[in-house]
Amino acid sequence: MNNKPFDNKAWFFVLPVFILVAISAVIPLMTVVNYSVQDSFGNNQFFWAGTEWFTEVLNSDRFRDSLVRNLTFSAIILCIEIPLGIAVALAMPRKGIWVSVCLVLMALPLLIPWNVVGTIWLIFGRADIGLLGFTLAKMGIVFNYGQSWLQAWIIIILMDVWHWTSLVVLLCYSGLVAIPEAYYQAARIDGASRWKVFRYIQLPKMQRVLLIAILLRFMDSFMIYTEPFVLTGGGPGNTTTFLSIDLVKTAIGQFDLGPAAAMSLIYFLIVLLLSWVFYTVMTNYGMDAPEKREVES
Amino acid sequence: MNTAQAGGGSRSSRFKWLVPTLYIVFLMIPIYWLINMSLKTNTEIVTGFSLWPNNLTFDNYKVIFGDPTWYNGYINSIIYVVMNTVIAVAVALPAAYAFSRYRFLGDKHMFFWLLTNRMAPPAVFALPFFQLYSAFGLIDTHIAVALAHCLFNVPLAVWILEGFMSGVPREIDETAYIDGYSFPKFFGKIFMPLIASGIGVAAFFCFMFSWVELLIARTLTVTEAKPIAAIMTRTISATGVDWGVQAAAGALTIIPGALVIYFVRNYIAKGFALGRV
Repeated sequence: MNNKPFDNKAWFFVLPVFILVAISAVIPLMTVVNYSVQDSFGNNQFFWAGTEWFTEVLNSDRFRDSLVRNLTFSAIILCIEIPLGIAVALAMPRKGIWVSVCLVLMALPLLIPWNVVGTIWLIFGRADIGLLGFTLAKMGIVFNYGQSWLQAWIIIILMDVWHWTSLVVLLCYSGLVAIPEAYYQAARIDGASRWKVFRYIQLPKMQRVLLIAILLRFMDSFMIYTEPFVLTGGGPGNTTTFLSIDLVKTAIGQFDLGPAAAMSLIYFLIVLLLSWVFYTVMTNYGMDAPEKREVES
Repeated sequence: MNTAQAGGGSRSSRFKWLVPTLYIVFLMIPIYWLINMSLKTNTEIVTGFSLWPNNLTFDNYKVIFGDPTWYNGYINSIIYVVMNTVIAVAVALPAAYAFSRYRFLGDKHMFFWLLTNRMAPPAVFALPFFQLYSAFGLIDTHIAVALAHCLFNVPLAVWILEGFMSGVPREIDETAYIDGYSFPKFFGKIFMPLIASGIGVAAFFCFMFSWVELLIARTLTVTEAKPIAAIMTRTISATGVDWGVQAAAGALTIIPGALVIYFVRNYIAKGFALGRV
C-alpha cells in the first residue's frame, strides 16, 4: 500500500463517484442542517433558532430512552449472534457438496427484503395462525407480543438472530478456511486439545473477520428500522421504539422538522464516530496482515 | 488431509454436523411456515391449524399474477434495482481503480467519507431525499429510487472492488502499458476479466441491498414506481388482512435472492466484509 505512485490525476477517476455521492448525501444533509437551526410557524416562514433544538433533543427523556433501548438491543444481539456464529462456523463442513448447501441455505435470510422478514415473524409469532405463537399457546404460555414488552423484545431479538447470525457465520467461515493445514498438523504433533486449537490457532486467525462482523452487526443493529417497525410498530407503548423508529415518527409522523433534524444530526454524528473506529480498525488490520504472513512463512 | 478431522476430535466430529443442521432448521422453519401459508386458502389459515396445507391451492399466487397492482410491484422493484446496480458498478469501477493504484490528494479522507455513507441511517435521509427529488420532479420515478440507493451502494461497490483490485499485482498494469495498450483498452481487455468475480460480487451486493431496502424506496414512490415490499405493507394496514396473498407475495420476494445467491456463494463473505477477507 505504501509504494503506490502519487498522482493527482487519479481524481478524474474518482470524480463520478464524488459527484454522485455528493448529490445524494451532501445536499440532503444540508437540508437537515438547515432545519435543525430554524423554527417555523408554518407557511414556509422560518426564523433562526440557534442550538435550541439540539439542547431540547439532548435533554429529552424520549431521545435518551430510545438511545438506551437501541444500545441495549445492540448489546444483546451481539452477545447472542457472535458466539452462535462462531460455533456454527466451527462445525461447518470444509469440503464437498455440503459446503455449498450450507452456504446457500444460510445466506437465504440475508436476501429477504427487510419488511418481509418482519412479516414472516409477524405471522410466525401470532397465536392464532403462527407456528411459534400457536405452539406456545398449546404449551399454556400466553404469547402476545402486542401486549407484553418482554415478549416483544424476545421476538425482535429472535428475529434479528434469525436474520443476521448467518453474516457472522459466513465471515468466520471464510476466516477459518484460510488457515493452512500445516497449523493443524503442528497442533496434532504437539497433542494440543480441541480448546487449545481454538484458542491459539483458530481464534487469532479469525480475529480480523470477527472484528468486521462485530462492527457491521453493531452498526446495522444501531440503524435498525424496518423489521421492528413491521413487527411491533415500536410498541407496546414505546418499549421497542429504537432510534430510527423514533426519528421517522418525529419527522414524518408529527412533522416536527426542527427536533427531527437536530436528532438526525446527533444520530449521524454517533454513527460517524463509530464509522471512524470501524475504518481505523479495518485499514490498520489490512496493513498488518500481509506483513505478518510474510514473517510467518 | 482432512481439515474437518484435524479441526475436531474423533469423538466430537461424528456429531459435528448436528450444529449446522439445527441452525439451518431454525432458519428454514419460519420460511417454511410462510410458504405453507401461501398454499392454503384463507378459511383454512384462520379456522384450522395444520403443519401442511390440506387443500393445496395456488389461488394466492394467481391473485398476484392476475392483478397489475401486485405484479407491477415486482417489475418496479426489479427496474430500479437493476438501474441502481448498473449505475453503482459503472461509476465505482474507475474510482476503485484509482484507490487501489494511486495515492492522491485527500484519498484517505475520501475513502473514509464514502464509508460513512454506507453506514448512514436511511431514516436520516428519508425526508431530505423526498424534498430533494420533489424539487426535481422525480418523485414516483424509478430513477429517483435508483439514485437514492446509490447513497449506500456506490460506497459499497467502491470498497468491494478496491479489495478485489488490490489483489491484482500492479506489474500486470505496467506490462500492458509497455506492450502498448492504451488505458481504456487495457482496462476493458485485460483488467476487467481479471477482476470479473469482483465485479460480479459488487453487482450482487448492490442488487441485494437495493432489493431489501424499503424505507427510502417507499418514501420516494407513490403509485407508478412503488416497490413490491411497500405494496405488502399497504395491505397489512388494511382491514381484514388477506393472509394467504400476503404470504404468497412474501414468498415470491425470496426467489430473486435465492437464485443469485448460488452464483456468489463462495464470495459472499468477502462482499460483506467490503472486500477485506
